Amino acid sequence: MSAMPKIHLKDVRKAFGDKQVLNGVDLDIAPAESVVIIGGSGTGKSVLIKCILGILTADSGTIEVDGTDVTHQPAAAREKVNKKFGMLFQGAALFDSLPVWENVAFGLMQGDHMPRKEAKARAIDTLSKVGLAPEVGDLSPSELSGGMQKRVGLARAIASNPEIVFFDEPTTGLDPIMADVINDLIVTCVRDRGITALSITHDMHSARKIGDRIAMIYEGRLIWVGNAKDVDRAGNPYVDQFVNGRAEGPIKMQLRR
Amino acid sequence: MLNFLALIGRVVLGFLGHLGRLTIFAGAAISHCVRPPLYPRLIGRQMIDIGYYSLPVVGLTAIFSGMVLALQSYTGFARFSAESAVANVVVLSITRELGPVLAGLMVAGRIGASMAAEIGTMRVTEQIDALTTLSTNPFKYLVVPRLLAGLLMLPLLVLVADIIGVFGGYLVGVYKLGFNAGVYINSTVDFLQPLDVISGLVKASVFGFIIALMGCYNGYYSKGGAQGVGAATTNAVVSASILILTSNYILTELFFAS
Ligand SMILES: Nc1ncnc2c1ncn2[C@@H]1O[C@H](COP(=O)(O)OP(=O)(O)O)[C@@H](O)[C@H]1O
Ligand SMILES: [Mg+2]
Repeated sequence: MSAMPKIHLKDVRKAFGDKQVLNGVDLDIAPAESVVIIGGSGTGKSVLIKCILGILTADSGTIEVDGTDVTHQPAAAREKVNKKFGMLFQGAALFDSLPVWENVAFGLMQGDHMPRKEAKARAIDTLSKVGLAPEVGDLSPSELSGGMQKRVGLARAIASNPEIVFFDEPTTGLDPIMADVINDLIVTCVRDRGITALSITHDMHSARKIGDRIAMIYEGRLIWVGNAKDVDRAGNPYVDQFVNGRAEGPIKMQLRR
Repeated sequence: MLNFLALIGRVVLGFLGHLGRLTIFAGAAISHCVRPPLYPRLIGRQMIDIGYYSLPVVGLTAIFSGMVLALQSYTGFARFSAESAVANVVVLSITRELGPVLAGLMVAGRIGASMAAEIGTMRVTEQIDALTTLSTNPFKYLVVPRLLAGLLMLPLLVLVADIIGVFGGYLVGVYKLGFNAGVYINSTVDFLQPLDVISGLVKASVFGFIIALMGCYNGYYSKGGAQGVGAATTNAVVSASILILTSNYILTELFFAS
């Protein structure tokens, strides 16, 4: 066996009430690897990431980060582990009471106690890495378009040099060109810096572009994990149906509940 | 029959669940109040929001309450030829009861609602989750500044309300009811005990804590988009108002029953 995985998931389960969302998820992510999880809406992709981040607590199973079991860690210890993480939320989740630059510098100022001035310089620098001009830093997040908000979210996620970054549907709701810009940014910001990444998407173009490996989640389990380039010949009817976007197949959409 | 019992059981369990969650929330919030880091900037901003921007509403409420008190008590006391007690009744009612309770209720409507709406929106747009991922404890960053600001600013507000309310009574007493100004002021001050004012300020502190706690609690646990935030706002105001009136009675018992 090679080096210790950066993230190790073993039989992770999570239910809300009597609704079993995660039903035994196993996954190892190697250092500097980029894994993409694909799957339909409401299949528990976001819940899985939130369990790893400690926003939700898994009912059972093991979640290890750098070999440390974080599954049931108390909040104080969790804060230390979270310093290794960066997260781009599905809706960007920017703090609308703060200007853009303070959003980007938030982790630096609150988590790392960097002085405001230095943090602002770093924030402007990070904004330029995601293709945003320094003037954008003084705007309020509500003044930005969806694509710009995603870019600010990306800048916030990588500003404090995390070791592991999570992307929750980074391209959803964007036009195809902006989506590809975001994909490129993820590739340059993450892959080229040797950051470990776990992304969620149902955009196959994006998945192929940013993932080394792709995993498909269905009914609370990862039913297929393989190299990104093998996803078209997975030989798994569920994956085939999802990748080709067909209404007919083994995956039945729940139209009624 | 069984269905009916089951319904009662569910309601009781739901209520106890709420109470338990609120107790845990309050305990966590208080424990974070005494452990660094605190955020002085955020505390300052909340203090301005609660204290300074509530002054107009609280001042208006206080002056009209003082005025109407003077008018009503005069009508009442005139029947017993005890008009001279008006000033005294005004100052005692304002400092002991009306100042803190009315200020508390007004601030509950103004501040409790906006706290629940702001924190609730942050919850449903995942901004609170984002705080956690940026190694910032949401209790310390969001809840503690509001609780401390409520605790500290409400007494100051009530002190101002006391003065304005008594002044309202004075205006009506002197210019409408024909009291001599010096006599009115003397009978206001003569019978006033320090405890009358202090008890009101202590009440105000408790009310400020209740308002901030209910605003934060309801916002923190709101779910389900705009509708959920709306419900949280309503619940914050209603529960804070009820708790203010209930705890007011209990505090009055504690201060003055013996
Ligand atoms: N905090 C929560 N409380 C209750 N149910 C939740 C919660 N978070 C997610 N769920 C449910 O879990 C399921 C998976 O949600 P999610 O992980 O957000 O889906 P997606 O794969 O689209 O990201 C959904 O059916 C959702 O209703
Ligand atoms: Mg999701």
